Amino acid sequence: MEGRGVLKSESLRRSYVTPVLCVVVVAAAATPPPRSLCPSAPHRESVAKEKMHGRPRKAPKPDDEASAAKAAQLQTLQVQLLQNHHDKIYTKEALEICAKLVEVNPEHYTAWNYRKLAVESILRSETDADAIKAILTQELRVAESALRRNFKCYAAWYHRKWVLNKGFLSLDHEFRLLDQFQKLDSRNFHAWNYRRHVAALKNLSLEEELKFTTDMIDTNFSNYSAWHNRSVLLSDLLKQKVQGYSHREKVLTEEYELVHQAIFTDPDDQSGWFYHLWLLDQTVRPDSPVLTASWPPEGSELVLSFEHNLSGGLLSPFRTVYSDDGVFPIVLCFNQAVGGVNASTVTIVYMFNKNEDLSWMPLSTDNSGSAQAWVTYLNFPDVKDLSQAYPVEVRFGHSQGIVTSSGCHYCCPSQFAFTVSLHSFNLEHSEVASNVEMVVWKDDGFNAYGGPIMDLSSIVSFDQLKIDKECLQKASSWQSETISNEIALFRELLSEIDCKIGNLTLARLLMAHDAMMSYQPSQQKKTHSKEVLDLFIGLMKMDPCHYRYYKDEHSLVLMEQVTSTSDSLVRHCCQYDHQISSGLHNLICFRLKNMSLSRIGFIERLLWVQMLDLSHNELRSIEGLEAMQLLSCLNLSNNKLRSLTALEPLRLLKSLKVLDISYNEIGAHSIDTTRYLCASPLSHAVGTDWNINEDVNNDDNVRKYWEAVVIFKGLHLTQLDVVGNAIADERFRLLLSKVLPCLKWLDGEVVH
Amino acid sequence: MADSENVSYPSIDPSTFDLIVVGTGLPESVIAAAASAAGKSVLHLDANPFYGSHFSSLTLDNFTSFLQSNCDTSSSSSMEDDTVNDGTEYNLVNLKPRRLYSDIEISYLVSPESLEPLRKFNLDLAGPRVLFCADSVVDLILKSGASHCLEFKSIDATFIYGIDGHGRLLSVPDTRAAIFKDRSLGLAEKNQLMRFFKLVQEHFGSEGAGGDRQEESGRISDEDLESPFVEFLKKQRLPPKIKSIILYAIAMADYDQDSPEVSNNLLKTKDVVQSLALYHSSVGRFQNAMGAMIYPIYGQGELPQAFCRRAAVKGALYVMRMPVTSVLLDKESRHYKGVRLASGQDLFSHELVMDPCFTVRLPSLLSPSSNLQYENTEGKVARGICIIRGSINPDLSNLLVVFPPRSLCTEQVTSVRALQLGSNMAVCPSGLSVLYLSALCDDAAQGRELLRAAMNVLFPLPISKNSESSTSVETEGAEGETKPILMWNSIYVQELSMGSSEAVNICPMPDGTLDYRKLLESTVKLFQKIYPEEEIFPHSVTEDTEDNGDLPSEMPE
Repeated sequence: MEGRGVLKSESLRRSYVTPVLCVVVVAAAATPPPRSLCPSAPHRESVAKEKMHGRPRKAPKPDDEASAAKAAQLQTLQVQLLQNHHDKIYTKEALEICAKLVEVNPEHYTAWNYRKLAVESILRSETDADAIKAILTQELRVAESALRRNFKCYAAWYHRKWVLNKGFLSLDHEFRLLDQFQKLDSRNFHAWNYRRHVAALKNLSLEEELKFTTDMIDTNFSNYSAWHNRSVLLSDLLKQKVQGYSHREKVLTEEYELVHQAIFTDPDDQSGWFYHLWLLDQTVRPDSPVLTASWPPEGSELVLSFEHNLSGGLLSPFRTVYSDDGVFPIVLCFNQAVGGVNASTVTIVYMFNKNEDLSWMPLSTDNSGSAQAWVTYLNFPDVKDLSQAYPVEVRFGHSQGIVTSSGCHYCCPSQFAFTVSLHSFNLEHSEVASNVEMVVWKDDGFNAYGGPIMDLSSIVSFDQLKIDKECLQKASSWQSETISNEIALFRELLSEIDCKIGNLTLARLLMAHDAMMSYQPSQQKKTHSKEVLDLFIGLMKMDPCHYRYYKDEHSLVLMEQVTSTSDSLVRHCCQYDHQISSGLHNLICFRLKNMSLSRIGFIERLLWVQMLDLSHNELRSIEGLEAMQLLSCLNLSNNKLRSLTALEPLRLLKSLKVLDISYNEIGAHSIDTTRYLCASPLSHAVGTDWNINEDVNNDDNVRKYWEAVVIFKGLHLTQLDVVGNAIADERFRLLLSKVLPCLKWLDGEVVH
Repeated sequence: MADSENVSYPSIDPSTFDLIVVGTGLPESVIAAAASAAGKSVLHLDANPFYGSHFSSLTLDNFTSFLQSNCDTSSSSSMEDDTVNDGTEYNLVNLKPRRLYSDIEISYLVSPESLEPLRKFNLDLAGPRVLFCADSVVDLILKSGASHCLEFKSIDATFIYGIDGHGRLLSVPDTRAAIFKDRSLGLAEKNQLMRFFKLVQEHFGSEGAGGDRQEESGRISDEDLESPFVEFLKKQRLPPKIKSIILYAIAMADYDQDSPEVSNNLLKTKDVVQSLALYHSSVGRFQNAMGAMIYPIYGQGELPQAFCRRAAVKGALYVMRMPVTSVLLDKESRHYKGVRLASGQDLFSHELVMDPCFTVRLPSLLSPSSNLQYENTEGKVARGICIIRGSINPDLSNLLVVFPPRSLCTEQVTSVRALQLGSNMAVCPSGLSVLYLSALCDDAAQGRELLRAAMNVLFPLPISKNSESSTSVETEGAEGETKPILMWNSIYVQELSMGSSEAVNICPMPDGTLDYRKLLESTVKLFQKIYPEEEIFPHSVTEDTEDNGDLPSEMPE
């Protein structure tokens, strides 16, 4: 008893001199660095303030008094280093100077590069393995002390990687170091990147790393880096079908359970939601590409007419394709961008051309060589034999080659067939008829379509997927159960609280559900479009910062609704019947006027459209329109198109004759935001078939409006309206009339 | 140790001090340290050979003998006037010991030899008691420099009993990460609980922002703050399970908040919200402490020792094993002058601070209010200690179990708390654990019943002296858990009363709460009453590395 008392604590006291409460961790093997003992307010789980990561990238500030001396010292070191660098001096002393410099200023890239050169040079003359090891260990030490000064320093992490890649060294220490850094800041992506690097070098099992992410998430689930690494690891595990991960559905179900804990505990935290989005994607998206639609659809009977001047009612307006020169497009639409569509992967059997002569073209505005929609053009000769229907058969997927950017092959050999009969008038008549009339987009020029609905359904491919029936079954019961389960859960969450990301997720889930159900036999279709539309309207109000994103999504749902059944499609079909025009008498116009669309979608269901009215919407982009290869008349007036680059999809619409882009905002904005969305708009379109220099030298206008030249040059427009745009001055009109030789009407006035 | 006749007492020099402190309990030690830090000359006395008085941690044998020697057996104190006039210039008032403990029961369930070595135990007299990382006591420890002599370990987890209907111990989801990991809560419950935590945090966040009107939304209205917390919970539509967790396992409410008969103990929203905020700011305050609560290694007796050491560093004089027999009063003014020691020496000081274990009857000449009166405000607290082999939870050694009101029996109106400490706290030999229990009660029998019922849940008592409480909990064995084995236990009942007197300063005794906050609050008040012009530990001790911490040579050890 006498032995203890106050004296007992004496021995304990000496080691703790800072005014800090000594809290000993039960399993405290390694002593953490002293600063970690200080009360650490930022480490507290202040949920409300964790929206930002909250760890600015900055080196600790030196004291004001010492800073002058330090700066002077740094200056000397720097001069010495640069001199050494210049003279290629790689002595021990020189390296010492460099080490001092990077310790003071870890961000000094030149110093790191110099070090690399020096080490390389020393290693060249060194053969003894132990000596090499010693040199490299020293490098690790330098990098480590730099990182201890600033653990967000790119150069130091990079240097470490570089040293490790030389081999020779054990990697065990790296994990100890990483543990320390990840304790300091568990979301430090430098450390996470480095961890992946070391784990790969060490050939560490993916499961072990996955377990690590679980631990990190358990400690604090607001760790986007950990969730992200988890998704990377799981993708690999599932792909490699590692034991315990061969059952994809079971694994994903467990992941759903995990992420629910995070989302429900704190719906305001984003990291869980991101992971959920990834899971949803894993659940819904098939790996291999799927053909969603084709033009023409399976089993359709079409008429190719060589000119427009038809007496009304003779032919079904939906089944008639007009062409001046017997060119007939075939379009394939996939659910994701694919490459490798060509004569060897797709075989077309018909009597006028050899398959080998057909070339396929990606319908995309970038030049990546892949696209969701691909087109080829068949040529039909102007034969007079009207009674014959020529069969065409399209086979694809029999040989591999159609592949997504992620390397998944199209794997459902399938085929479809249709017939084309030809319709033609005698030559002299058609010459007269080429003198076409002006299209007037006035409402009274359109009559509601009164024809039979059957006509429409025969050429719209709602159930295109019945082409590849085997792929169809993939919408497994697990998928639909999972999605339904998720929908129920998030409805429950939203009944507790109202949060925007919850609403957005519910909307996404409902859309995924609807999309999945559209694979199922049609009688089971019960769509949630109405609810989804309401959710997006709510979101636009709740979260005005992301208004345009919600608006776009809203537009897509509207498009989905409109295009979902033949009935709703017919409601938007009108017969063009303007008094003064008899030439286009029989044309069907698909009208999406005044629907406040900001974006268009579900083009795969509109491949048959030849006349489209999108006026009085809020379109800023017409992306996707390029797949509508039959389009000959297009009205984009009274939208919010802001630049010529936004019109780029038009370049690919070879049959376009009539275009109205009046009353947009083209030229009104000095900054073309399309350029930020698209890597290099139009630039790739220039140069191959057009010597711009020649034209530019001749005409100042070409230089000024070169984008317009690029877009309109290949088109054969007969009628164009540009009035009501800031860009549309006299010079611009002059240029247009030059670029478009076929143009007959510009803004309603006769050209030439 | 009661055999004081044979001890030869040293004489103390000098004989005049600013302050004499009798007893080395935590409040006395804090006052001694604060006074010496403020430059006062302090003499600190204790009749015991160890520091801490009723706050000490003792070896097993010393623990039992201390309990028994402080057991209240006398029926009533004699009413005679203790004032003696021994012919000197002072009036002598004899001090009578006051026994705090009653109903002591100690049972060995294994042979006493198997508990050897007894000195390996450090048993707290005033357990269970912990510190919250962010509470004022920790701040005081840091400020006073007492932290230099202390090491702490984290309490790993809290469990709550009786809210799932299956009699299992559920871990308390007390933090964001714990809610995330918890498997017993439903998804919606997780959301509700976390939202409530956020509400509290936002409330304090907006308060910290200087009462910015724009942040009103995050604040709990004043009306709500003044209303009973249960009402507020009802308004938040929280289910009973969550309510129990918040009230009893996080805010550590002592009394049943749902029963009308304890309405005087109804907590207001602002009190609970404050406790919750304290809890949350405790989590993660120190990087090595995972939970909100910490406990001093070697037992809570380390705390008074640490403060005594601070006092000694600042020049306070320490004399142990030195009983004080009487208080000296000025004959004329009847004001306090000094004390007479057991050695017969008289010592003088301006102020006197005393341990709560004395009864003093001052001369009737003084006004009645200056007499030392003990108000029995809070009833009693039943304390229990169990020494067990193994642990309640095989994965954890240091944990807290809360038995909310009505969870053990329908008559239970107070929370029973059990704190298990493993050998890594240096309170027992390895392989064993010490479990402290406490329950507030009106009478001893009731308190003992509660503790027995709680023990019965944690490990079936082999000899169940009480049959009715054990019936409900015998069904556990089917789950196949290996329950810890009880080796030794003790139950005793401690009085709870607050002494007050104008002439003598009496420190508070160990209370029935889980932490030191209330104790410290009254201690600070007492210090300010004695030295209104002094701040308590004004300069936080930062660079105090010079080592003059050896105890003065007068120290009789």
